[in-house]
Amino acid sequence: MSPATIIFYIISAFILGTGVLAVTTRKIFRASIWLLFSLIGIAALYFWMQLEFLAAVQIIVYVGGIVVLIIFSIFLTIKSGEEMPKPILIRSIFSALAVLFGTGFVVRLISLYTFKPISTTAFNLSVNQIGTQMLDTKDFGYLLPFELISILLLAAMIGCIVIALKSNDKEATTFQNSIQ
Amino acid sequence: MSEVPLTHILFLSTCLFFIGIYGLFTRRNMITMLMSIELMLNSVNINFVAFNKYLYPEKLDGIFFTIFVITIAAAEAAVAIAIIINLYRSHHSIDVEDATEMKY
Repeated sequence: MSPATIIFYIISAFILGTGVLAVTTRKIFRASIWLLFSLIGIAALYFWMQLEFLAAVQIIVYVGGIVVLIIFSIFLTIKSGEEMPKPILIRSIFSALAVLFGTGFVVRLISLYTFKPISTTAFNLSVNQIGTQMLDTKDFGYLLPFELISILLLAAMIGCIVIALKSNDKEATTFQNSIQ
Repeated sequence: MSEVPLTHILFLSTCLFFIGIYGLFTRRNMITMLMSIELMLNSVNINFVAFNKYLYPEKLDGIFFTIFVITIAAAEAAVAIAIIINLYRSHHSIDVEDATEMKY
């Protein structure tokens, strides 16, 4: 086994271990920190695959953006020191069974299939290449999805502001009173 | 580098996806369910990157899909957290069992 192989197995054990802890720990703040470590592990996996650009994007967007957003919303909504109630035993048993069955099924399916690479050219990724193809209008260019994504981001941003805005008018308060 | 077969990376992403499914099934807190969804989206990203690198090394489509998935995940997390905060204002709880007005 070469060092690269050993590093891959270490990274995957790290990702899976922290991922399991993120979904099973009962303190919500710890769950978010374990999620942070799992996402850092995935960025390390991209580094291992020599995709430095994608690893940087992963760290900036997930670790720097989404996890910080999640931690802020934890502080805004619940007491982070408290333990969450235990999941119902029968529910966790059956979901564990479903998950084990699903994992076994997919793993068997993957191991039965032989993947044959179409071409054997070496994979080298340059940021230059990504930028050129992303803003290309000719064949295999990704300009239209790029623009669509930018509109989607704008819509999501405005939607977030509108949803989370504190409404002071009477209608909202009467609605809330009728709920309670 | 080439000693690790593609199937082992796919095993990793499968396990990560089903860990996310387990979290989605057992957790009743909306923020932790959101975290499980992030794990699942990340496992899909690993799949895209691995297929691109191992099977189609001369193309870049997997990388583009990964970038788009990361973008949409960011937008989705922002909208979900806005909804969660709004729900907390009206119900003082973010447990999914407590939000039952639209159930029937």
